[in-house]
Amino acid sequence: MGSNMAEQHPVGFQWVMEAHERGAKYIHVDPRFTRTSAMADRHVPIRAGTDIAFLGGVINYIFEHDAWFREYVQHYTNGPVIVREDYVDAEDAAGMFSGWDPEHGAYQIESWGYDETSHEAAGGKKEQQGDVSGEQAQGAHGMKLERGNPPNIDNSMQHPRCVLQILKRHFARYTPQVVSEICGCSERDFLAVARALCENSGRERTSAIVYSVGWTQHTVGVQNIRAASIVQMLLGNMGRPGGGILALRGHANIQGSTDIPTLYNILPGYIPMPHPTSGPDLDKFIELNGPDTGAWGNLKNYMVSLLKAWWGDAATDENNYGYDYLPRIDGDHSHYPMMVKMLDGGVQGMFCVGQNPTVGSANSKLMRLALAKLDWLVVRDFQPTESALFWKDSPEHESGETRAEDIQTEVFFLPCAAHTEKDGNFTNTQRLLQWHWKALDPPGDARSELHWIYHLGKAVRDKLADSEDPRDRPILDLTWDYPVEGPHQEPNAEAVLQEINGRGPDGKMLSTYEELKDDGSTACGSWIHCGIYKDGVNQSARKKPGQDQNWIAHEWGWAWPKDVRILYNRASADPDGKPWSERKRYVWWDGADDKWTSLGDSPDFPAQKEPSFEPEEDAKAMEAISGDKPFILHPDGRAWLFAPSGLVDGPLPTHYEPQETPFQNALYPQQQNPTRQEFPRPENPYHPVGSPVFPYVLSTWRLTEHHTSGAMSRTVPYLAELQPEFFCEVSPALAAERGLEHGGWATIVTARSAVEARVLVTDRIKPLQIEGRPTYRVGMPYHWGGVGIVTGDSANDLLPLVLDNNVHISEYKVATCDIRPGRRPRGPARLKLVEEYRQRAGVRVS
Amino acid sequence: MTLDTVSWPASYGDEAKPRKGFFTDTSICIGCKACEVACKEWNQIPMSIKGFSGKSYDNTLALGANTWRHVAFVEQRVPAGVDDGASLVEAAARADVIDAGVHTYQEGDGLRWLMASDVCKHCTDAACLEVCPTGALFRTEFGTVVVQEDICNGCGYCIPACPFGVLEQRKDDGRVWKCTLCYDRLKEDQQPACAQACPTDSIQFGELDELRHRAEGRLKRLQDAGQAEARLYLADDDDGIHGAGAFFLLLDEPEVYGLPPDPVDTRHELGSIWSAAGAAALALGAGLIAAVFGGRR
Repeated sequence: MGSNMAEQHPVGFQWVMEAHERGAKYIHVDPRFTRTSAMADRHVPIRAGTDIAFLGGVINYIFEHDAWFREYVQHYTNGPVIVREDYVDAEDAAGMFSGWDPEHGAYQIESWGYDETSHEAAGGKKEQQGDVSGEQAQGAHGMKLERGNPPNIDNSMQHPRCVLQILKRHFARYTPQVVSEICGCSERDFLAVARALCENSGRERTSAIVYSVGWTQHTVGVQNIRAASIVQMLLGNMGRPGGGILALRGHANIQGSTDIPTLYNILPGYIPMPHPTSGPDLDKFIELNGPDTGAWGNLKNYMVSLLKAWWGDAATDENNYGYDYLPRIDGDHSHYPMMVKMLDGGVQGMFCVGQNPTVGSANSKLMRLALAKLDWLVVRDFQPTESALFWKDSPEHESGETRAEDIQTEVFFLPCAAHTEKDGNFTNTQRLLQWHWKALDPPGDARSELHWIYHLGKAVRDKLADSEDPRDRPILDLTWDYPVEGPHQEPNAEAVLQEINGRGPDGKMLSTYEELKDDGSTACGSWIHCGIYKDGVNQSARKKPGQDQNWIAHEWGWAWPKDVRILYNRASADPDGKPWSERKRYVWWDGADDKWTSLGDSPDFPAQKEPSFEPEEDAKAMEAISGDKPFILHPDGRAWLFAPSGLVDGPLPTHYEPQETPFQNALYPQQQNPTRQEFPRPENPYHPVGSPVFPYVLSTWRLTEHHTSGAMSRTVPYLAELQPEFFCEVSPALAAERGLEHGGWATIVTARSAVEARVLVTDRIKPLQIEGRPTYRVGMPYHWGGVGIVTGDSANDLLPLVLDNNVHISEYKVATCDIRPGRRPRGPARLKLVEEYRQRAGVRVS
Repeated sequence: MTLDTVSWPASYGDEAKPRKGFFTDTSICIGCKACEVACKEWNQIPMSIKGFSGKSYDNTLALGANTWRHVAFVEQRVPAGVDDGASLVEAAARADVIDAGVHTYQEGDGLRWLMASDVCKHCTDAACLEVCPTGALFRTEFGTVVVQEDICNGCGYCIPACPFGVLEQRKDDGRVWKCTLCYDRLKEDQQPACAQACPTDSIQFGELDELRHRAEGRLKRLQDAGQAEARLYLADDDDGIHGAGAFFLLLDEPEVYGLPPDPVDTRHELGSIWSAAGAAALALGAGLIAAVFGGRR
C-alpha cells in the first residue's frame, strides 16, 4: 500500500516476484495502476489520502471476524493495558482526542497515558511544545514504568478502558460500506483484501505490508503507518519470518542517513537532540529523554559513549563528557519551516548536498524565492542543478516576477563523487548495511562527501587554531583526525566506521551495544551500529553469496542492531519460548542450553533471559523486561496498539481528509488532521474544501526511468530518452470532460502555479465513485525542471506546503487542481491565469 | 531438437561453442527498462531521443540502429468482470485464476498492462546474414548473428531481409547496427549486459536447448494456472525461421506486442520468386519475339 515498489525499487522487487513465483499472494492497494499493480494478483484502487479509512476497515474486519491472534496480542502488545480514565477517544469527541489545547493548536498528551501514570512521571518533555518535533516533544522512547509494567492490566481484555476495547470502539464504524464510500473501492475488493490478510496470518502463516514514501507524504503520514502496525500486531505478524512492515525509502541509503542522521532533531542512533532549556545537566537530559526500562533505559551508556567518540580525552566526568558542547535546537528546523524562514530573510547560508529543492520540494516556486534571500549557497551535486542555477534560469524570470540581476545570492557549485567513486556503506530498508568499494577515481574536481566535510572541518579548525574563545572549544576538541590516502588526501572511510562501531577501554573494537558504559570507558559513534566492526573486521563488507548459506544469509553484510535481520524476533516464539509453529520456526528458547537460539539470525533479546523471567523490584533497563516481552525498545516490552506517547496527533490513527479535497470528512465533524502544519501566506495559498474551481485530485509521483528531481537522470542520455517529456496522466472520462487530446498539451492550474504537460490518456487512472459521482484525478511525475538534456515544467510547483506535524513531511500525494487543454500562457500571463483562478475560487492569499 | 544452423556448429569444428541465446519471459517483465539502459551503456550506443510518444510508457518505440533492446508496453482492456455486468460464470472462473497466482491479471479492473523486452532474434535461418554481400554479418561460434562494424559497407540489403524489422542503418554513418548478443562479453565468459541487469530474470541467457527446456516448464506452469493465452514464440524448429536464438514467452498473440505472427526467412521464397521471374522473362521474351516477328507481317 502506498508503494510503487516495481517502479521505484525494481531491484528489491525481484524478491516479491520470486515469492510470487513460489505461491505468495500479492495485492496492491494504491490509487494508481502502476507497474507494481500490473504484476499483482489483485489491484485495489482507492482515493488518495484514504488509507486510514481502508486499514481501519481491515482492523474492524479483524474484530468482526474474531481473526485476531489472541495469545500474541495478550502477551506481546499493550492490548490488555488499561488507559487513564480521563482519556477521551475521537469517537466520543467529534474526531478529536482529549487534551486539545486550542491556544497552541496542539495536544497535551497526558490523558493518553496508561492508567495511574502521569505525564511528569512518564518522562515527557513538557517544556518542549508542539514547535519541536514529535520525536522530541512527545517522549518517543516511552514513559517511566515501575519494573517495566503498566500499572493496570486486564488479561481478559474485557475492561472497557483496556486498549483492545478502546481500539474496537474506535474502528467500529469503519465498516466495509463506509470504507467503500470513503475510499471509492468496491466492498468486494475491500473484503477480498481483508480476508486474504486474515487467512494468511496466525501460527502457520504470516503476511507482510510494504509501504514507501507515498504513505509518508500526507498530513496523516505517520498515522498511515501506525494503522498498518495495528493490523500487523493484531494478526501477530511482527517479529516473525515473512511478516513485518517494510518501509521502502526514497533513495538508496536514506535509511542510513536517518540512522546516523542528517535530520536536525536527532543524534546518531535516534538519541534526541537537546533543547536549550535542558541546560548543561546530562543526567537531567537522560531523565527527560529516556524511560528507565527497556533498551532505552541505557540511554546514558549510549550518550556518554557518543560524546566520548566525538570529544575523546576532552570528554570527562567533570564536564559531563562534553554534553554542553552539543548544539541545541530551539524549534522546528526541518526542511520546510527552514525554507519559509529563509524566505523571510532569516537564513544566511545553505549547504545543499545532493538535494534539488527547486524541483523536488513541494511548492518548488517558494523554494526558488527563498534561495534568492540567501547570502550564499553551496550546491554539491553531479552536475549544476536547477537549485545551483536558480539565479540564472528560473520560471519566475520568464514570468517577470524576478530578475537575475536582482538576486544577490552567491552560489558555489562543488562537483561530487558518485557511489562508485568512493568507499562507504548503503543501508537498506532492512537496516542491512552493505559496504561498497571505490571502483574508479572521481573525475576532475569531484570529491566524496567524506572528503569534503573532513577537509572543511579541518579548514575551520585551522582558522580557529589560536582561539581562546570558549565557544570554539567544541570544534577544537573534536576527534577530527582520520588517516588520509592518495593524492587528494581522501579520508579512510573504514576509520570512520571503526569510530562508529566504538572501542573499549583497551582500544579494541566493541562487539555489541550491551558493552557500552556510562563512565567514559567506552567510545561509540552510534550505539545501534556497535558491532559492525566486531573482531576488528568490517562486518558490513561480508559478501558470502546467498546460495552458499541458508535463506537468512546472515553472512552477507551486517544489520543494526547486533546483526539482527528480523527485529523483535523473540516474537517468533510463543510466550513459553516455543516456535508458534514448525513452519514458522525462527528464534526459540533452547531449554537444554538455556539460551535463545535460531535458524541463523541473532536473537533480538538477551541471550540468557528465560521465557519465564520476571523483573525484580526496582529493576532498570533490560533487567526490567520480562522474558515474554519481545518489543525491548519500549519501556514495557510490548508493541503498542495504542500509542500513549510519541505522537503529536493522537494515540490511534483516525481518518481525516487531506488539506485539499473535494469531500467532507464522512466519519467525523473534524475535517482535517487538527495538528497539521500550515503555512498560510501569499506564496502558499490553500484551496477551499470542495472548491468547484479546483475539482480534480492532484498527485505527483515518480517513474522508474527518472530519479527524484531528475538531477541524476535528466542529465544522463540513456535515461533522458526513456521519458523525455513532462506529462500528465488522465482518464478517458476526464479527457472527454475537459477536451484534452491524447498526445497534446494540457495546462494544470492551482492557486500556487500553472504548468504545462503532454497528455497521456490512460485507463490506468480509473475514476472512482465517491458520494455517487466519479472523482477524476490528474497525476504527474515530478522529474522535470529547467536544466538537463530534457527539460520541462516542474509538477511540484503546483503543490502547497502542508505538513504532518510528527515528521514535517509535506502532502505531495493529494491536492486539488484544474486542468485545461493547450499550453500555458507565457510571460506575465502565466501569473494572471493563476490570479484569475484564485479570485474565482475565493482563495485567501494572506 | 535440431538447433544447428547452416554455418554453426559445423564450420567451427572444434572451436564451436554451445549455441547461446535469450529466453525472455515477458510474464515477469516489470518494464523497468534496465535492459535498454545496460545495453546502451555497454555497447556505447548513441542517445536516440524520439520525444513523448503517448504510447503508454514506451518512448523508444522499436528496435533499431540505436535501440538494441526495446521494452514494449501494452495497455489492454480485458473483458470486464462481474461489476460491469459480464457473466458470473466467467468472473468466477477468473477469480480462480487469480487465486492460482497468475501474473498481470487485474480482476474487475478490466485492464492489464503487458510489458515485454524485445531484441534481435538471432534466427536459425538468418536471412540478413545470407544476403549480406560483404560478409559483415556472420554466424559466431556461439551460433549468434553479429554485424562486424569494420566490414559493413552500408549497402542495406539486410534491412528488408529481416522478417522482424530489427536491422536499421545509423543515419550519420550509414552502417547497420544491431544486437550482438554481447559477443565481446560472451568471449570473456560473461553474460550479455541486458540479462545481467534484469532484476527479475525476465531476460535469461544461456545455452539454447537448456533455455527451451526451462521455458517449456514455465509455460506449462502458467497454462496450468489458467493462462490459456500464454505461449512460446520462436521456440519451434518448424517455424518459418526454424526457431530463433532469442525466443519469448508471451501472454497474448505476438501481434499484440508488435511481433509478426508467422515470420518467414525471406529466402525460403527465393525458389518460387526465381521461378516466377524466369516465367516472366520467358513470357516477356515470347512477347518480344511475337512483337518483332509479328510486326513484319
